[in-house]
Amino acid sequence: MAIKSLDDLRKIKEKANAESSARHESGTQVIVGMGTCGIAAGARTVMTAIMDEIAKRGLKDVSVMQTGCIGMCQKEPLVDIVRPGEERITYGNVKPADVPRIISEHLVNGRIVSDLVVAKL
Amino acid sequence: MEMLARAHVLVCGGTGCSSSGSKVIIPELQKKLKDRGMEHEVKVVETGCHGLCEMGPLVIVYPEGTFYVRVQPEDVDEIVETHLVKGRVVERLLYKEPKTRETVPNYDEIAFYKKQQRYALANCGHINPESLEEYIGADGYAGLAKAISMTPEQVIDEIKASGLRGRGGGGFPTGMKWQFTRAAVGDKKYVICNADEGDPGAFMDRSVLEGDPHRIVEGMAICGYAVGADEGYIYCRAEYPLAIKRLKGAIAQAEENGLLGQGILGSNFNFTLHIKEGAGAFVCGEETALIASIEGRRGMPRPRPPFPANSGLWGKPSNINNVETFANVPAIMRDGAAHFASLGTETSKGTKVFALTGKINNTGLAEVPMGITMREIIYDIGGGIPDGKKFKAVQIGGPSGGCLPEQLLDLAIDYESLTKAGAMMGSGGLVVMDETTCMVDIARYFLNFTQDESCGKCTPCREGTKRMLEILNNITSGNGKEGDIEKLETLAKSIKAGSLCALGQTAPNPVLSTLNFFRDEYEAHIKEHKCPAGACTALLAYTITDKCRGCGLCKKVCPVDAISGEIKGMHVIDQSKCIKCGACQEKCPFKAIDRG
Repeated sequence: MAIKSLDDLRKIKEKANAESSARHESGTQVIVGMGTCGIAAGARTVMTAIMDEIAKRGLKDVSVMQTGCIGMCQKEPLVDIVRPGEERITYGNVKPADVPRIISEHLVNGRIVSDLVVAKL
Repeated sequence: MEMLARAHVLVCGGTGCSSSGSKVIIPELQKKLKDRGMEHEVKVVETGCHGLCEMGPLVIVYPEGTFYVRVQPEDVDEIVETHLVKGRVVERLLYKEPKTRETVPNYDEIAFYKKQQRYALANCGHINPESLEEYIGADGYAGLAKAISMTPEQVIDEIKASGLRGRGGGGFPTGMKWQFTRAAVGDKKYVICNADEGDPGAFMDRSVLEGDPHRIVEGMAICGYAVGADEGYIYCRAEYPLAIKRLKGAIAQAEENGLLGQGILGSNFNFTLHIKEGAGAFVCGEETALIASIEGRRGMPRPRPPFPANSGLWGKPSNINNVETFANVPAIMRDGAAHFASLGTETSKGTKVFALTGKINNTGLAEVPMGITMREIIYDIGGGIPDGKKFKAVQIGGPSGGCLPEQLLDLAIDYESLTKAGAMMGSGGLVVMDETTCMVDIARYFLNFTQDESCGKCTPCREGTKRMLEILNNITSGNGKEGDIEKLETLAKSIKAGSLCALGQTAPNPVLSTLNFFRDEYEAHIKEHKCPAGACTALLAYTITDKCRGCGLCKKVCPVDAISGEIKGMHVIDQSKCIKCGACQEKCPFKAIDRG
C-alpha cells in the first residue's frame, strides 16, 4: 500500500496504536480475580467474555488485567472496573452472561450495575 | 472487530539478549500460550535493545510493565502460568538494584532508566523493529512528511537551530554540513550513513540499527531532501548481520509503501537507499576511506580538502553523517528544533548515547542529556563498580580518546569539556576501570588496536605506533628503561602531527592521557619493575609467607611443579619456574601466599 499523505500516515498510526494499546497507559482498567478461587469459579470464561465484548464493540483505551485472591472467595468470579478518576467498583458472582451488561452500562456509559456490585473501594 | 491482545510480552531480540538466549524464549512462549489457548489474548513481540544488556535476556510484560531479567527457557512456563494466567508477578525474576539489593518490579522505576533521556533510542526496546506499522504508530515518518512540506532551506535551518552536532565523534554542526552539500555544485548528490562502528566496547549504532531501523531510513531521507540528493548509502560492517537484516527489511517496507522510491508521500521527491557491507576495517570509519571502500577501492583516507560535501562518492557532492546523528533527525523535524535545543548544554545540545562496559555493574546502553556528569552515569545509571572495588578511571572515546581519573568525575560532559580534559566525546564508548586495572596495560591495549588497524598509508602512523607499542610491551613485561616515557612522548607528537586522518592523529591519545594522569604507574613499572595495580603478570611475584603450615595443597595444585617443601614445613616457590597462574593462592587455606 502506498502512503501518499499525512492522512494515510495518521490512519496507520491509529491502527498501530490500537493494536499496541496494552503497552500504553490506558484510561479504563478491567481487573479479573484470577486466584485459585476465581479460576475454580470460572474466571477464565468471564475474562474471555470480557475480551470478546471489548473486541465486538471496538473499545479502545481499555486494559484487561488480572489480580490474585482478595479474600472474598465466595463471591468469585470478581471483576473490578476502574474508570479514570472514579472509584473502583467490584462486581461479584459474575457470569459470562453478565459481561455485556457490565461493559455497556458501566465501562461505556458510566452507570454502575448496582445489582451485581459487591464492593466499592 | 478483531480481538486486541490484553497483554503484550516484549522479548528483547538485540544482539546482547540474543546471545544470552532470547531467541529460544520467543518460540517457547508462543508454544506455551498456544497450549493454554491464549495465543490471541497475549501478543509476543520481539523488540530491539533495551540497553540493560548485563541483565539479559530481558522480558517485559504489559500492561503492568513488569520487568523480568535473565529469563531462561525454563522460566517461561512460570511466566505464563503465574503472570499471564493468574496475574501474579514472578518475584524471583525481577530486577534487583545492585546498590540496595531491592527488587524493582517496574521498568520506569529502575535507577538505570530513571536518569536517562531517550531521544535517539526512544523506540529501541519498545517497538517491533521489523514492523513499519509499529514505527508509524510511534510517530514514525511524521518528521519526513513535515520536512517535505517545507523547503529544503527551511529543513536545514531547523537542523541548524536544533544545535545538533555530529555524533560520530567529531562534533561538527550537522546543519552546517548539510548546507555545504546543498550549496555544492552538481546534478547528482549522495547521502551516506556511517555505520562502521568499530571502537572496542561500543555498540550504540548497532542497537539503533537493530532496534529502530526505520528511524535511520527516515533520517537519511530527510537529509536527502534537504541537500538535494536522490540516492543514499548505508555503510555497515558485515559483523553486524542482524543490523543489516533489519535495515534491508526496513528499506524494502519503505519502498513498498511509498516512503522511499519515486514521488515520496505524494510529493515529487525521489530517494533510494542501498546498503554497502564493509569488511570491518577501523579506518573505514574515516569518511574518505569509507567513500573509497563504497567505490570498491581499498579503504584508505585521502587528504582533505576537497571535503566530501564538494567531492565525495564518485566525485559527487556527498553528505556523510553517523548513525546516531541521523537517528536524532526525525524527532527534531517532528517536534521542532526548540525541543531538542532545550536539552543539553550551551554548546552541545540534545542527548548522547553511551555504551557502558568494563568494571561496572550495569553493562549496557544509556542515553543521557549532554551536561550530565560522569559520576551520575557510572554510579546512578551504571550502578557503580562491582565487588566493592574502587573506581580508578574511565576511558572515553575509544582508541582515539583518553581517560578521566576520579578527580574529573564531576565534570559536566559535552564536546568542549571532554576535549579540554584531554579526552574526547568520540562515538560514545565508556570503558570503566577499577583499582585492579593497570593504566599502562590499558594504553598498550588501545595502541595495540590502532596499530593493528592502521592502514599503512602514512609512515608516522604505520611505523610510529609500532615503535610505541614495542616500548609499551617492554614496560609492561618489566623491560622498561629510563627515557622510555620521553621517547613515547616524542613519538606521540610526531604521529599526531604527521598523520593524514583522525586514526593516526588520535592514536597516541590513550598513551598521552594515561601519562598525564597516571605517570607514576609508568614510573613504577620502569624504575621499580612493579605494577601498582597488580595486573601485569610479568611484574608479579607470588611468595609464601610464614603463615604457611605446610599442608602441601599449593604444591599439589601447581601446574609447573614450581613449589617445593616438606609436609608440615614451610614451602617455597621457585620464581624461575613460576608462571604466575595464581592457582596456589586460590587453593591456600591459610592465606599464606602473597601476590605483588
